[in-house]
Amino acid sequence: MDLGMLVFIVIKILVVFGLVMLTVAYLTLLERKVLAHMQVRVGPMFAGPHGILQPIADGIKLFFKEDIVTKQADKVFYFLAPALSIIPVLMIFAVIPFGDKTTLFGLLKEPVELRITGLRIDILYVFAMSGLATYGVVFGGWSQNNKYALIGGIREAAQLISYEVAFTLSIFGVVMVAGTLQLDKIVEAQRNVWFIVYQPVGFLIFLTASVAELKRTPFDLPEAESELVAGFHADYSSMKFAMFFMAEYASIVVCSCLGTLLFLGGWLGPSILPPFVWYLIKVFVLIFVIIWLRATYPRLRYDQLMKFGWKFLIPVSFLNIFVTAIVILLVR
Amino acid sequence: MVGPLIKGLMVTLKYFFTRPITVQYPKKKVGSFERYRGLQAIRRNKDGTIRCVACGLCEAVCPSKAITIEIGEDEQGRRYPISYILDGYRCIYCGFCEDVCPVDAIYLTREYENVRYKREELLLDKDILMQRGEVVK
Repeated sequence: MDLGMLVFIVIKILVVFGLVMLTVAYLTLLERKVLAHMQVRVGPMFAGPHGILQPIADGIKLFFKEDIVTKQADKVFYFLAPALSIIPVLMIFAVIPFGDKTTLFGLLKEPVELRITGLRIDILYVFAMSGLATYGVVFGGWSQNNKYALIGGIREAAQLISYEVAFTLSIFGVVMVAGTLQLDKIVEAQRNVWFIVYQPVGFLIFLTASVAELKRTPFDLPEAESELVAGFHADYSSMKFAMFFMAEYASIVVCSCLGTLLFLGGWLGPSILPPFVWYLIKVFVLIFVIIWLRATYPRLRYDQLMKFGWKFLIPVSFLNIFVTAIVILLVR
Repeated sequence: MVGPLIKGLMVTLKYFFTRPITVQYPKKKVGSFERYRGLQAIRRNKDGTIRCVACGLCEAVCPSKAITIEIGEDEQGRRYPISYILDGYRCIYCGFCEDVCPVDAIYLTREYENVRYKREELLLDKDILMQRGEVVK
């Protein structure tokens, strides 16, 4: 690998990282605005016109807040947990494609892929990394030596183990139809029909399980404010808290990107708009749906959560795989 | 099972597109109702003298003892308040002082923003009350 290639990759990483961080920052504003309007309020209005500078103000505030370390905390894991929760999420962005091969409007001689790198097992890599992200939350909950945080961490572990199964199984249908694990090839396979048409049940399971994975309402038991103070990040402050939050919002972006790539045809769309714009529109529609769900549903009880996961979602996703497999066998 | 869930989503979506009912308070104001009982004022005569005749009825009727009057008399034998102090923090805005006043001097305005930075700023004396008050024709 020559030096030019290395510089090119570094630039790609920085661009993707910057874009993701910007999206994550403005996702907080988007969420507050959407939630507010669904409750017939207006949301943040003072920092800039219509609160457009609110994320920046929040960031500055979090930087200058006191970094509290409680006496009873297990220092090593206490410091490790925020990093462990955000790094795997950011690493997933390494394989997420953002568009078709492009020459950047004729700027480059050879077309480049709009992604940092591609693996032949993209989807497996995504699942491995999203599984790792659980450790951050569990360590964070445990290391604070605080009962609320511990309950939050345990709930998170149990919830993720239950829903990771359905989350993974829901994508198997897509993988079977497309016949590949590479994300860009899966998008190319949707050239004629989006997979949401072939896999409507799979898409619904994917959406439900990903909301549970993201630990958002109605599945936000790990950080249930009304019962656990703040759940697994009860004793975190300042940038450590912000890192947990960035991890949460970055995983919303990841899940929306995955949903777009796997079910909604990625960057494909009528050529009136460039592919990247189509991609962005679809991602933001999914993000909006996730916020919309939060604005609508109350939190599930813990036994309801487990019952729903094990007795409904997982059998249905197995059935979905089964039916998909039979149909594929019959058609071919 | 899915029906009610979709119904709920539709409700939130409907409210997403309705106009927010929030009023951006310090920038825009709702105002008070016509008969709202707010911060007091004392009416002035046309020549700028105080309308109050220092009868002391308001001081006597005030249930929270917010009014303190010092009574004086001028050369013509007309009574007037030397000092008239109304403690806006003690006042419960019941309006008894307005009801009892024989010369319609003290009255309650619709002013509702009676929050100050210092306690003393709501100890309204004669001059402030008169400044706020209207002139009698």
